[in-house]
Amino acid sequence: MIFEWLHPLLIAAALALAVIGAVRRISLWRAGQPAEQSISLIAGLLTIPKRYFHDLHDIVERDKYMAKTHVAAGGGFVLSAVLIIVVHLFGIESKILAWGLLAALALMFVGGLMVAKRRQNPPSRISKGPWMRLPKSLLSFAGAFFVLTLPAAGVLPEGTGGWILTIVLTALIIWGMGEMFFGMTWGGPMKHAFAGALHLAFHRRQERFGGGRSTGLKPVDLGQDILGVSKPTDFKWNQLLGFDACVQCGRCEAMCPAFAAGQPLNPKKLIQDMVVGLAGGTDANYAGSPYPGKDVGSAKGGPTQIITEGLVDPETLWSCTTCRACVEECPMMIEHVDAIVDMRRFLTMEKGNTPNKGAEVLDNIIATDNPNGYAPASRTNWAADQNLAVMKDVKEADVLFWVSDGAFDMRSQRILRSFVKLLKAANVDFAVLGDEELDSGDVARRLGDDAAFQSLAKRNIEIMSQYKFKRIVTTDPHAYHCLRNEYADFGGDLFKNVEVLHHTTFLNELVQQGKLKLDTFSGGTVTYHDPCYLGRYNGEYEAPRELLRSLGIEVAEMERSGFRSRCCGGGGGAPITDIPGERRIADMRMEDVNTTGAELVAVGCQQCTAMLEGVVEPRPEVKDIAEILADQLIEEVH
Amino acid sequence: MQHKQISQNLNVVSLISVGKHPQSGRERRAEQDGRAVELGMNLASDNLTVLHAGDPQQQALRSYAGMGLKSIRVLQLDSAADAVAPLGNYLQQHGPDIVLTGIRAESGESSGMVPYQLAEQLGWPLVPRIADIVDVKDGVAEVLQALPRGQRRALKVRLPFVASVDNAAQEARQSAYGPASRALMDLQAVESATDDVRAAWEEAPARKRPKRLKVVKAKTAAERFKAATAKSQGDGGKVMKNEPAAEQAQAIFDLLIEEGVLR
Repeated sequence: MIFEWLHPLLIAAALALAVIGAVRRISLWRAGQPAEQSISLIAGLLTIPKRYFHDLHDIVERDKYMAKTHVAAGGGFVLSAVLIIVVHLFGIESKILAWGLLAALALMFVGGLMVAKRRQNPPSRISKGPWMRLPKSLLSFAGAFFVLTLPAAGVLPEGTGGWILTIVLTALIIWGMGEMFFGMTWGGPMKHAFAGALHLAFHRRQERFGGGRSTGLKPVDLGQDILGVSKPTDFKWNQLLGFDACVQCGRCEAMCPAFAAGQPLNPKKLIQDMVVGLAGGTDANYAGSPYPGKDVGSAKGGPTQIITEGLVDPETLWSCTTCRACVEECPMMIEHVDAIVDMRRFLTMEKGNTPNKGAEVLDNIIATDNPNGYAPASRTNWAADQNLAVMKDVKEADVLFWVSDGAFDMRSQRILRSFVKLLKAANVDFAVLGDEELDSGDVARRLGDDAAFQSLAKRNIEIMSQYKFKRIVTTDPHAYHCLRNEYADFGGDLFKNVEVLHHTTFLNELVQQGKLKLDTFSGGTVTYHDPCYLGRYNGEYEAPRELLRSLGIEVAEMERSGFRSRCCGGGGGAPITDIPGERRIADMRMEDVNTTGAELVAVGCQQCTAMLEGVVEPRPEVKDIAEILADQLIEEVH
Repeated sequence: MQHKQISQNLNVVSLISVGKHPQSGRERRAEQDGRAVELGMNLASDNLTVLHAGDPQQQALRSYAGMGLKSIRVLQLDSAADAVAPLGNYLQQHGPDIVLTGIRAESGESSGMVPYQLAEQLGWPLVPRIADIVDVKDGVAEVLQALPRGQRRALKVRLPFVASVDNAAQEARQSAYGPASRALMDLQAVESATDDVRAAWEEAPARKRPKRLKVVKAKTAAERFKAATAKSQGDGGKVMKNEPAAEQAQAIFDLLIEEGVLR
């Protein structure tokens, strides 16, 4: 081949440019704030392979075809890149290495073909634009280097080929390396490999790896000059890194209830807008689905420009129900909900701009410790006829029953009564806080008012610290999540020896121990709706189902159940901010229910109950599991 | 509510007090005073002084600051002191164009009589229960006064004046934690006398007065609708628009004697 010196030079140039791009990209991320948890560089980098093969690949695996594609294309590329440097840049002559390189390139070529096939009829959720050229880039890279390596492997004699072959090969190599090396750090589709690998190492929630769970929001330092995130550089640096890791696969978009309802939110677009913000520019090059009802191309941003002034419409942020379906589905483990709440915090705590009923609800929470402004002294009115032990009197009990704000709502009170009936039947030693209990702060926190949340959390902890109990049980998954995952930041000692349980978990325990005698259920087909804050936030999918089985119910599962359960639309303060869409999320969920032919939806959350019962009749009946159990309870007559 | 761009550099003072939540009894931003600040912010964003007489440590003041105020001026007073004289002196000194207050106190003596006493002390007109100030031109303000059942009365008032702000005025904007915690409490020491009259009072929560039984006279839906929406027709009284001024004055004078206001 002619110009023997040219290709090593090109490889060196591409790699040098990639390094310059990497330094530039890293400096964009480092413009963010220091992370809460510092991870040393070496230790971080060493975790990448394991996290790739386990945590990331487990999620990719949900789409079997794509998993295989990625192993072939990605694995082939990484191997090829290393061997290309050894064989072609350093010129080490070894037939074994050359054959190894050929094999790696062949693998990558196959991967490229598979990507090309996927992109022939791409689903609407994946981005087009520059992503459509990726298979061609993969094929040219793999193909060109394959031919270039043949002489080294001894298949072709050295110096084969003429001018034309050399020019064609060189062109393909420049294209291939432009995409694969240069594009990786300068912002092409391959950026996901560079940022994604580092995101695995320096993820803000290290606890998520190795099968762990980390869902509690991080507290705001209320002494800061600006509360919440106003501009991209207010994010932690590893959040910015996370945004850059996005592959635009759109799995989040496919799962997002707000997107499906036609509200102006698309998690994928939001993350891409964050990338526009951190790098500066406009969203004109974005080639995926827009925010429903909003045009693409007019959003502008920069690292130090206010995000909600030109880059993202506040309505987009307020459409989120914080259901975490996007986070659960993201193969790059991006934390969409954290970012959304961070920006909401700025809107609420700095701008005083929570839409619709937001301001009123927050005012009520601050003035009366409940979102609807009821007299705090009426919190226990629901239990006037229940003869409950109150902690103030008894000081000590096995179980603290956390009643939650359902105490003020007549529908939720039916759930509370049913649960009390079951507790009494099982002779559980329990007590309530009575009027001393305050709102858990869930709504305040999701609406961005972390100051109100922290105040409630601290006061609740102070009250609970006066009493002795081993477990807290609540029928409200939102309070459950706050108590279990978020309160520990404000009063660690209390939660060291106290277990927080959802009522379904606790009831399941009672049933397994034979403390509740239950009749078989005979009311037709039943399906179960997983509440987001019980399932995705706390990993409890089994106890409610086991309880239903104990009644002899075979749950007719919805297509979207378990970790893929679709939100009822009631989380994250969404019913309060009430951003208009084309459909209601609760209606869509009820359609899911209808496809199972169920006559009864079992629920484990008062908020879900309220949302699903808000769907116009005729529709299946909606009941909390506690209510279903209480109906089947065989009461012993003494 | 859309305001006309008011060209003059208006000097507005909004008086604020410590409110009390009706359900929890907790101290808070008072409803009407919040509206007075909102109106003030819309009229004269830069030339608005938000003024409180009392304890600068009071947390409720922060929730006014959270509306986006850079500072709140506080005339530091003892809790037993009478606020009217120091407020009057302050206003006399600074000579604002418009003073806005609430109508009814939520706790203590805060609003209630204050606008009346201030107007008396300053010798300014008082406009009670305003819903909005639409325009200020050549030293005259166009004011909308709130009447029952959503009715409005347009008034022209010469500056300076005191006005109390009705619940019909625009609601106070949301209070944000960040600006609330950062606002400056601009203290000013003032001399004050102890309010002896108040010391003798006894405070008790208001009790609901028994309601008169409602006898429904309306026979048809149209009548009920009319009863619910029509302007209440006061008995007696007359509207005098075209009579000579002396005659109008005489009529007022006669009425005051008749009512026993003048003897």
